[in-house]
Amino acid sequence: MIRIANGQGFWGDSLEAPLEQVRRGPIDYLTLDYLAEITMSILQKQRARDPRMGFAYDFVQMISRGLGDIMARKVKVIANAGGINPNACRDAIIDVARKQGFAGKLKVGVVAGDDIMDRLDDFIARGIALKNMDTGEELSTIRSRVQSANVYFGAWPVVEALHGGAQIIVTGRCTDTGISLAPMIHEFGWARDDWDKLSAGTIAGHSIECGAQCTGGNCQVDWQTIPDLAGIGYPIVEAEPDGTFTLTKHEHTGGRVTVAGVKEQLVYEMGDPHEYITPDCVADFTTIHLEQAGENRVRFSGIKGRPDTPFYKVSISYANGFKASGVLLYSWPNAFDKAQAADRILRERLDRLGLKFDKVATEFIGAGGCHGLQLAGPPSPDLPEVLLRIGVRSQDKAAVERFTKEIAPLALNGPPTVTGFGSGRPRLEEIVAYWPALIPKTALQPVVSVTEVSA
Amino acid sequence: MKKVRLLEIAHARSGDKGDTSNVGLIATRPEDYPLLVAQVTAERVKQHFAEICLGKVERFELPNLGALNFLLHESLDGGGTMSLRSDPQGKTYSAALLRMEIEVPA
Repeated sequence: MIRIANGQGFWGDSLEAPLEQVRRGPIDYLTLDYLAEITMSILQKQRARDPRMGFAYDFVQMISRGLGDIMARKVKVIANAGGINPNACRDAIIDVARKQGFAGKLKVGVVAGDDIMDRLDDFIARGIALKNMDTGEELSTIRSRVQSANVYFGAWPVVEALHGGAQIIVTGRCTDTGISLAPMIHEFGWARDDWDKLSAGTIAGHSIECGAQCTGGNCQVDWQTIPDLAGIGYPIVEAEPDGTFTLTKHEHTGGRVTVAGVKEQLVYEMGDPHEYITPDCVADFTTIHLEQAGENRVRFSGIKGRPDTPFYKVSISYANGFKASGVLLYSWPNAFDKAQAADRILRERLDRLGLKFDKVATEFIGAGGCHGLQLAGPPSPDLPEVLLRIGVRSQDKAAVERFTKEIAPLALNGPPTVTGFGSGRPRLEEIVAYWPALIPKTALQPVVSVTEVSA
Repeated sequence: MKKVRLLEIAHARSGDKGDTSNVGLIATRPEDYPLLVAQVTAERVKQHFAEICLGKVERFELPNLGALNFLLHESLDGGGTMSLRSDPQGKTYSAALLRMEIEVPA
């Protein structure tokens, strides 16, 4: 049996969780997910400013704080923190390790080759169209606005780095499930066509990829009684060579691991449950058997899967206009009516200015902001307050910029008892949109390297 | 029969993929799963989310988990980064579905 812990559900998650996972009990592997869809384009811009940047620096800081314990406890760490510059991330890790006296004692692996930004035209010339998976549109319609383009690799290149003796592995774009499946393949010697076991490991990865969201976080069942959410334990998979596994957390940590809570995580971001497609296999979520196997222990068995597809998924980001949102807070009495009136006035002013937007969207927060008025029902005239939130979206930057200056005047020249504009004008944001595509697996190869920390 | 909100007999979690929101609906007691299958149809979910979901609704069954998975297409104002919504990833749509009323044995 091996223990695989997740210590990071997204870039922005708890800085302490990965260290707690290493220090609070036994684990063999620590896996960390840093890359959201938006991350790559941000990192692309960082690298453009400084060629040593372009990766999740939080990861280097975590290693810097935790390396002593990671080495003492012989924990292997796998993180998709490499962003669009995984070699620079490796160099930063090596630098930290050398300073802490681990020269000659540590190997750092890199999985790269996922960044196809510079090869897009080459692929298109070779007939790989990279059409939008959802709309069927040609990439040429947005080619000039592309900001990043990365292939999602799966577990196998990570396995190669583990075979090479790497104790810390940094990947570029790599699936969240792949970084947790890889240790199982490596330790148990699973075959490339052992689809049931690969699917089991993939589902193990899916279960823990969102960190504490499977140990009592964001859990609807009995949430009021879940113990010590302040000290919530992050998840650990105890994986067996036969493909069964148990999801648990360290003893004496907060949170709760139950069948009900695990079910919530299983359906999270689910598409067709019969076909959970990864680069490694196609897992079938309708075959999972769950049972409570003791306090804070849920056992998974029965998982089946099918062969992988001939394609990798590609995530392309591109600039797609501008947006901004602003808020105003209206108080009782008739807070909703006041907010509605302010919305009408503002829209009329935008019209009179002749500004063109692709969309103007209004929400009445406190009166259906989450679910809409149809589901929330008619707002009471006695609501203590309503937050008016108005957003605009346009390809015309100047129009969005002008909008950001039209909110604050309503403090003095609109409906009464209004506040909440104190933080200044709304911020204009450049929209980075996503273009999902497919690429034949034969079109490219992951690039795996393992480097020893030298003196 | 009496009417109850889904909140009384089920729990849920929602997430996003592009402009599509997924809502997983789970029977709190496994024996109530057939009630969900019979009454929480794709058509009813589409009506329920009329103000939110501009595209079609697909439903998938997971009897092993006592769960249904719904895909609500065109529900996130273009998806994560495009969206002007406070909830651009539809994280609260799970709760929105639990507002629906269904009939249960009295």
